[in-house]
Amino acid sequence: MSGAVQTVVSSAVTDLDVTELTGADLTYRVASATLLDGVDLHLRTGEVTGVLGPNGSGKSTLLRLIVGALPPSAGVLRLDRADLRQLSRRRRARALALVEQDAHTDIPLTAREVVLLGRIPHQGLFGTDSASDLQLAEQCLHRAGAAELADRDFATLSGGERQRVQLARALAQQPRLLLLDEPTNHLDVAAQLALLDVVQQVAATGTGVLAALHDLNHAAAVCDQVIVLDHGQVVATGHPHEVLTPELIADVYRVQAEWVPTRHGPTLVFAPLG
Amino acid sequence: MTRSTITGTAPPEAGATDPGRTTAAVPRTGRLTPWLVLALVVLAGSAVLALTIGPANITAAEVLGSTRYHVLTWLAEHGLGFLDPGENPLSRIRDAIVWEGRAPRLFTAAAVGAGLALSGAVMQAITRNPLADPYLLGVSSGAALGAVAVLLLGFTLALPLAAFIGALAALGATLALAGIGGRLTPSRTILAGIAVAQGASALVSFAIVASAQGDSYREIINWLLGSVAGASWSSVAIAVGALVLIGTVLLASARTLDAFTFGDTAAASLGVHVTRTRWLLLTITALLVGAMVAVSGSIGFIGLVVPHVVRLLLGARHARLLPVAALVGAVFLLWADTGARTFFAPSEVPVGILTAAIGAPVFAWLLLRTRGQS
Repeated sequence: MSGAVQTVVSSAVTDLDVTELTGADLTYRVASATLLDGVDLHLRTGEVTGVLGPNGSGKSTLLRLIVGALPPSAGVLRLDRADLRQLSRRRRARALALVEQDAHTDIPLTAREVVLLGRIPHQGLFGTDSASDLQLAEQCLHRAGAAELADRDFATLSGGERQRVQLARALAQQPRLLLLDEPTNHLDVAAQLALLDVVQQVAATGTGVLAALHDLNHAAAVCDQVIVLDHGQVVATGHPHEVLTPELIADVYRVQAEWVPTRHGPTLVFAPLG
Repeated sequence: MTRSTITGTAPPEAGATDPGRTTAAVPRTGRLTPWLVLALVVLAGSAVLALTIGPANITAAEVLGSTRYHVLTWLAEHGLGFLDPGENPLSRIRDAIVWEGRAPRLFTAAAVGAGLALSGAVMQAITRNPLADPYLLGVSSGAALGAVAVLLLGFTLALPLAAFIGALAALGATLALAGIGGRLTPSRTILAGIAVAQGASALVSFAIVASAQGDSYREIINWLLGSVAGASWSSVAIAVGALVLIGTVLLASARTLDAFTFGDTAAASLGVHVTRTRWLLLTITALLVGAMVAVSGSIGFIGLVVPHVVRLLLGARHARLLPVAALVGAVFLLWADTGARTFFAPSEVPVGILTAAIGAPVFAWLLLRTRGQS
């Protein structure tokens, strides 16, 4: 049995052997506004991609579109060559997992039960958790640094603890691509760094990561590429140190920025515009 | 039936780190099967015991003996007579008291209790509203309107059928109203249900004030308060049939309901077609409630309170919550109805009054308890 679990956990093995996700011309409109406008993206497994941009630039919308929680008004998403629309929702949920900002519920569940929600796309009707599901849940809790929280009531956890448990839940989906919506929000500095460390480890095992981030220094530290959104449009794509120029940051965020050398490498510092 | 889910493999360090904040008091691990077996045994025992209660001094042995007699006779009539039915221990009149009077009523009460508890649990999950109850979508008011139409306005239609048609009409109106110009979100659905329920209630009140007299007035009030006093074997067939058919679909959806724990986006990212699933589950749940209301009127508080109590005991996972809540609801309404026909014998109270009298304080206690936690 342990052999079977090993296979399941090894991130290279999945029923979808995916290496990349591409989005072309992704657009999302509501009655009053265009929230995403012709976004192109290219994500590879094993890499961390940051989605940057000010509040309201369309970061969360993009993540929801990719995960299938919102239907795109236009554009195509492909996993390798397969159109995501051709994929059943369950199969899609086995390829893509989302960690939302501030996941909240009134329903009393333990952290372990929350993590087991991630097995739903792998279970059938009358689905129940098998022994390997339970073992996988423990491993995911461990990977997310939340092993000691397993039996705690989710509602009693702190923001950082909840985020780790949700990350464990997303890992239990065994996705090829992990989507994180501002994962460091509301976390103290130590918790932010710990979470980013886990994210990098996840990518190192061959899972692609797409994270909406506010902190540009975090993005520069962990991302292989960044996509900068402004008013729903992509204004730049590429390696963070090449993309995040003072000119672009002034343009998009309306702040002055400067790269300053530090012991930990170049770091951005900010000041109000002129 | 669903098998156990979590097998209690808590890591040793769990709970040791911060005992003050660990909710170890909630026994959510462990097997489901013992709970189901326990609940089934309690239900069966309750049924036999409740059949003995009332005038005519019928014993449990006589109930069991006549059950055996009727089952074996039925089997013999259908060419399966392995065993001799022997003698019915009950005289013809006493047999009728049990099998034409108490039994249909008891089975109807048990099925209605199970159906309402199940519906309440499902409604609470898909609307993510802990206050949701089976009547959320205006189903009971619609059914009342259908019933009033028969009882007061003299439409010649069987009362359960009229109530069921009323329930369906109300459901249709609610979903149409909620779906106009937008997605079927929980809050829109609830608000539409309130609007439809209020409208139908106003019509019911008007019909009563305008035309009810004497017996029909009494009958309609009984029905509005909820009662299974008039249950027959055809009520049993309606209630049990709806429960088995729709209950199976709902049990099969347990994991889908779990997926709604963190809301619509989370459910979608777990592979659930959110809008279609909500539509489907709301509709079939309302059909189940419609069938229950058709045979019993609108019995309150079971659908609201029983899921909360079971959640407290067994946790919130629907694979265990749904079947256990159904059995607890069955036992609860079975005894409530036994009380309703015996407490004030020879007259009786509508069972809906009893369920409200028990349910309201329990609900208040649950409310105070959650406030203490958060």
